[in-house]
Amino acid sequence: MIRCSLLARTLFTGGLLIGAMPARADETKVTIDNFTFSPPEITVTAGTRVTWTNRDDIPHTVTQSGTPRLMRSPPLDTGDTFDFTFDKPGEYRYFCSLHPHMQGVVVVVQEAPGKQS
Amino acid sequence: MGDERILPRTDGGLERRGLLKCMVWAGTGVLWTMSGGVPRSTLLASAAASEMTEAPAGAGFSFMQISDSHIGFANAPNTDTPGTLREAIGLVRQQKGDAALMIHTGDVSQLSKPAQFDTADQIIREAGLETHFVPGEHDVLVDDGQPFFERFTKGGERGWYSFDQEGVHFVGLNNVQDLKAGGLGNLGRDQLTWLERDLAGRASSQPIVVFAHVPLWTVSQEWGWGTDDGAQALALLRRFGSVTVLNGHIHQIMQKVEGTVAFHTACSTAFPQPAPGTAASPGPIKDLPAGRLRSTLGVTRIARVAGKPGLAIIDTPLGA
Repeated sequence: MIRCSLLARTLFTGGLLIGAMPARADETKVTIDNFTFSPPEITVTAGTRVTWTNRDDIPHTVTQSGTPRLMRSPPLDTGDTFDFTFDKPGEYRYFCSLHPHMQGVVVVVQEAPGKQS
Repeated sequence: MGDERILPRTDGGLERRGLLKCMVWAGTGVLWTMSGGVPRSTLLASAAASEMTEAPAGAGFSFMQISDSHIGFANAPNTDTPGTLREAIGLVRQQKGDAALMIHTGDVSQLSKPAQFDTADQIIREAGLETHFVPGEHDVLVDDGQPFFERFTKGGERGWYSFDQEGVHFVGLNNVQDLKAGGLGNLGRDQLTWLERDLAGRASSQPIVVFAHVPLWTVSQEWGWGTDDGAQALALLRRFGSVTVLNGHIHQIMQKVEGTVAFHTACSTAFPQPAPGTAASPGPIKDLPAGRLRSTLGVTRIARVAGKPGLAIIDTPLGA
C-alpha cells in the first residue's frame, strides 16, 4: 500500500516537476507559522536532514503520528528548531502533540542508482 | 427551540467591547447582561444580576474560576503575564465574597518550567482560596506532566480527581495528554472508567461541576477545540439534574446549555484568542487596540442561588 502510493508519488512529482523534486539537497526546511506546517508535505531523498523552525508565539512539537515514534521533538518555543535525518525510504506522517489538528508528512524516496549525494 | 441553546458571540475578534458580563443558569435558561450593545434578556438578567451582586452571601455556595495564565508567555499582546495574573487575583479577592474555593482550568504555565510554576503558585496563593487545578497542554510538556501533577493536582497523580464541597461534587479532568494525530482533546479509557466509578451510586439530585482544560464539547473542529471522547463523559453525566462544565483553553467566553448540562469557557488572564473562523490561526490576538487588553481578560464567579436548580455564572473583565 505504502509502496504503491510512494511509487505513484515519485512518478507524479518526477513527471510534473521535471526533476525538481524530490529535493536532492541534504537539508530541507519546514516552518511552523499560524499553527501550520509549511509546506505540509515534502518529498526528500534518503539521508536528507529536515529542520523545523517554530515561528509562532505558541510552542509546538514535531511528533511522528504512527509507531514506532522515532521522531519526537521536545516542545519548540518561538524560534526553536528541531532536525531529523531520514535514512530510510517511507512515508513519515507527523503532527503537533499539543495541537493535533496540525499535521504534515515527509515522503522519503531512495536516491536514484548511481547518484552521489 | 427545544432545550438546547447555543449562544454564539455576536461580535467578532476585536470588537469585543464589553464582552464579558455574562451569566448562565443551567436548566432555567440563559441570561446575559453585557455592557455594550449586545441583545440581552433585560428583566431576568437585571434581576439575576442584582441577586448575584447584592446578596452573594445568600447564595449559600460559590466559587471562583481562573484560567490560562500562561506564565512565561511574554509577547504581543501581553509582555507581563505575571502582572495580569496578579490583577486577576486582585479581582478575585474583590469578588470572592463567601467563595469556598477556586479552580484553575489549566495552562498555568507557558512551557512547564519550574520557575513558571513557582511564579504562578505564588501569585495565585494571594487569592486566599484553596485552589484546585487541572492541566493544560502547556503544563505537561516535561516528564509526561509529573512535575505539574506533583505540585498542582495532589491526589490526582494523572491529573484527574474529584472531591465534594458543600453538597456539590467536583470532578477535575485531564484532556490534554495522549492526543491523537488529527484529533481533539482526549480523556482516554482509563479516565472514563474512573469517571464512571466515581459517579456510580451518587444521587441524581447532587449538583455536579466538571472542570477540564479543553472544552468537552466541540467549539471548533478545525482548530481542535473539543474533546474526542467528551461525549462519553457527558453520557455518564446525563442523569444528573444539574451539571456545570467549566473549561478554558480557548481564551474567550463561549457557552451553551443542553438539557441539564451547562457548558461555559472562561477567559484567560494572559491574552485573548480569536473566535473560530475569524483569523488564520487560533494564536493570540496580537494587534489589540491600545488599552484594550484588559477588556479581553477576566475571572469567573460561579454560585448556587437559592431556589434555582442550576448554578449561576458571572464573568468579569479585568478592565474596560
